Amino acid sequence: MENKVVETVLNLLEEICGDDVVRVDMDINLLEEDLIDSLDYTELLVGIEEALGIVMAPSELKREEMDTPNKIIEQVMKRM
Amino acid sequence: MILFGEIYFFVWLIILLIPAVILGVMQKPIRYYGFAATVAFIILACMDDVKGIIYLILYCLWQFALTRALLKIQNTRGRDKRIFRLFLLLSLAPLIIFKISGVMGQSIFSFMGISYLTFKSVQIIIEIYDELIEDIGTFDFMYFLLFFPSISSGPIDRSRRFTEDIHTLNAKTDYLELVGTGIFKIFHGIVYKFVLASICYQGMTYLGAYKEWWSHLSYMYCYGFYLFFDFAGYSLMAIGTSYILGVRTPENFNKPFISVDIKEFWDRWHITLSHWFRDFVFSRFMMASIRGKWFKNKLTGASIGFMINMTLMGIWHGLDLSYIMYGVYHGILLSVTEVYQKKSKFYKKNKKKKWYKLISWFITFNLVMFGFFIFSGRLLKII
Repeated sequence: MENKVVETVLNLLEEICGDDVVRVDMDINLLEEDLIDSLDYTELLVGIEEALGIVMAPSELKREEMDTPNKIIEQVMKRM
Repeated sequence: MILFGEIYFFVWLIILLIPAVILGVMQKPIRYYGFAATVAFIILACMDDVKGIIYLILYCLWQFALTRALLKIQNTRGRDKRIFRLFLLLSLAPLIIFKISGVMGQSIFSFMGISYLTFKSVQIIIEIYDELIEDIGTFDFMYFLLFFPSISSGPIDRSRRFTEDIHTLNAKTDYLELVGTGIFKIFHGIVYKFVLASICYQGMTYLGAYKEWWSHLSYMYCYGFYLFFDFAGYSLMAIGTSYILGVRTPENFNKPFISVDIKEFWDRWHITLSHWFRDFVFSRFMMASIRGKWFKNKLTGASIGFMINMTLMGIWHGLDLSYIMYGVYHGILLSVTEVYQKKSKFYKKNKKKKWYKLISWFITFNLVMFGFFIFSGRLLKII
């Protein structure tokens, strides 16, 4: 299960950020590195919803709780 | 009495905050006292406007009844989009009536903070529908809505965050540190609002008094800085005061004038407002449009999202043509920025270079100032 989540999130992030660095450094700060913005977050949330059936509302989490690949995976795992 | 606006207020503020500090130091909950102080300040602020107080009470009861009813319906019958939309409209109704009647000459339902209170009530309705809020107590609800430091003009807090704060007992050293930071913020805000904003205001009045181009230009810059120091100053005082009451109200400004593009500007200017719109309007619209595949092109969707978001933000300021134009203007700027940053090879190649950032900063700064010029209403007067 965890592998599926990791793979799905990383695929989504790679596509959204347009950079495979998200696979290399899973603690990279996506906001500070300017890899993700508000618009990308909406794509990410819909992507997670469609691939894994996990619904996250845009106001549910603070940005600091979802600013690295690892943190995003952790939040999704919590909801599996 | 004007909250954070006159010396009389500050005298009361010092007197009424002392018991809060004692409670905090003694490791007792501050919330009940904080609510009593809130009631005292509302009475002091609205003493000459009894009708306003009555409207405020009715407003809170109305919103409270709506949240209770929605919770109950959802718990028994499950989520229903149509019912949610109806409740959203009912929650917005007081603000809509107020704004429309204002344009028609006689505002009905006017009271302190109506525009800001609406954000707080509406987000609760939305988060109930999202099943993020499963229950909210009467006391917590009323305290959240009325909390005096931010009642008149924000910052706009979130109910789940606020409730957690008021139910957390800070360790003595943490609380004292919070009080220290709070006091510093209040003084910082006083310097901004009563010294720097006043200087800028003088600039607006003296340099802006003529009909020449240079006078309009000086007015534009002075007004922009006036708006910043006045509002950031107020926000700092509101945040500082809430710290002393044990509430970590979120920041509202973060050096907005160093932004290198418009998207960054909206992460630094009136942050709690723009993030509110981001979370409750923009993101929701974008997610619905991606799910429903409304637009073939991603950038078209984003542009429409930005336009809706910022136009609504403009309208929220008031139904003045200047405010609406201000919103549309920023909607256009955000859309153009988005398309440019996603499409331009020149941008991708140079965005991290120093010279590029400098030019981008200069353009952004002037675009922002021109936006304030629209907002001020002066642009419409001279054209």
